[in-house]
Amino acid sequence: MKCRKCGRKAVFNMRRHKLALCAEHYLEWFPTQVERTIGKYKMFTRDERVLVAVSGGKDSLALWDVLLNLGYQAEGLYIGLGIDGGFGYSDLSLEKIQGFMATRPGAVLHRVDIPETYGESLPEVAARKQRGRGKPCAVCGLIKRYVMNRVASEGSFEVLATGHNLDDEVAVLFGNTLHWQVGYLARQSPVLEERGGLARKVKPLCRLYEREVAAYALIKGIDYIYDECPYAVGSTTNRYKELLNELELDSPSSKLQFYVTFLKAKEQGLFRQAIEQVELHPCENCGQPTTAPGLCTFCRLW
Amino acid sequence: MVKLVHRKQEWEVKKGMTVRDAILKVGLNPEAVLAVRDGQLINEDTKIQEGDVIKLIAVVSGG
Repeated sequence: MKCRKCGRKAVFNMRRHKLALCAEHYLEWFPTQVERTIGKYKMFTRDERVLVAVSGGKDSLALWDVLLNLGYQAEGLYIGLGIDGGFGYSDLSLEKIQGFMATRPGAVLHRVDIPETYGESLPEVAARKQRGRGKPCAVCGLIKRYVMNRVASEGSFEVLATGHNLDDEVAVLFGNTLHWQVGYLARQSPVLEERGGLARKVKPLCRLYEREVAAYALIKGIDYIYDECPYAVGSTTNRYKELLNELELDSPSSKLQFYVTFLKAKEQGLFRQAIEQVELHPCENCGQPTTAPGLCTFCRLW
Repeated sequence: MVKLVHRKQEWEVKKGMTVRDAILKVGLNPEAVLAVRDGQLINEDTKIQEGDVIKLIAVVSGG
């Protein structure tokens, strides 16, 4: 199999594009795709400061790498959750980020350590609040969204970027479609505009397959954490990803088609009636936007 | 024989087939893994050679 651009030996084939590329041309192709997504969905410009949520995984580090190389003002945010999982998951994640930064002088990282700041790790808070039937995922999402927004707001970042890839997006889309969660479907988008003090949130990798992001990280030599979050093992999301990959194996480009036709249908008015405009007001304690009366859900954790 | 390694599992397959066929043969999905030989990514049409050790990296991540 030869590289479409130069005819040398290809290292990576993308059936959905009928495109095989060598290492050199793949490393050109991938950032071009990210740039196209940023432009297509008007995510941000080079004049705007972007806060990239980084976890030490392949998606967030690949995203940060691409944004830095493309000349965007991209700073990283790492949220230490104190997850051990028997192998020091959170500590290992931070090591990977620090390793990444060592090769990128000038890269700026903001760090919020939940156990240091609030006195308890994520699993401890979740156990105390008894939310999630033994898994802290719901509390994890709440904490991450709160901290991301707060750091973006306090640091005057116009945009918050996450490393969600197309597989992540279609797994969520699939789950919400299975359960006909119209409210969630109405809100799923590559861009969530800012409102009421919540930063604009964007997903520049949303049209790239998880396998393509992994290939970029591997070829580029980005050392990322291979282990999943110990709480993600056996999750419904991963099951949906398996099912969608089986579909993709039989019918290349199925995942992409599912996603883009959904976005097109939304653009044409599907789910318009399901979009609720909720009122946001400042939390009495921290001042961050919330729909809850009095204290926000994050402040109520402590 | 050729060794395939994926997370903590290992298999032996015969030489000569493509990486893609080897992945399918051991019950994995080529859409969910990347094949690495001697530290280098190899494309799915590569024929596996006697003595190869192919590491299959799971691309799906969660958390």
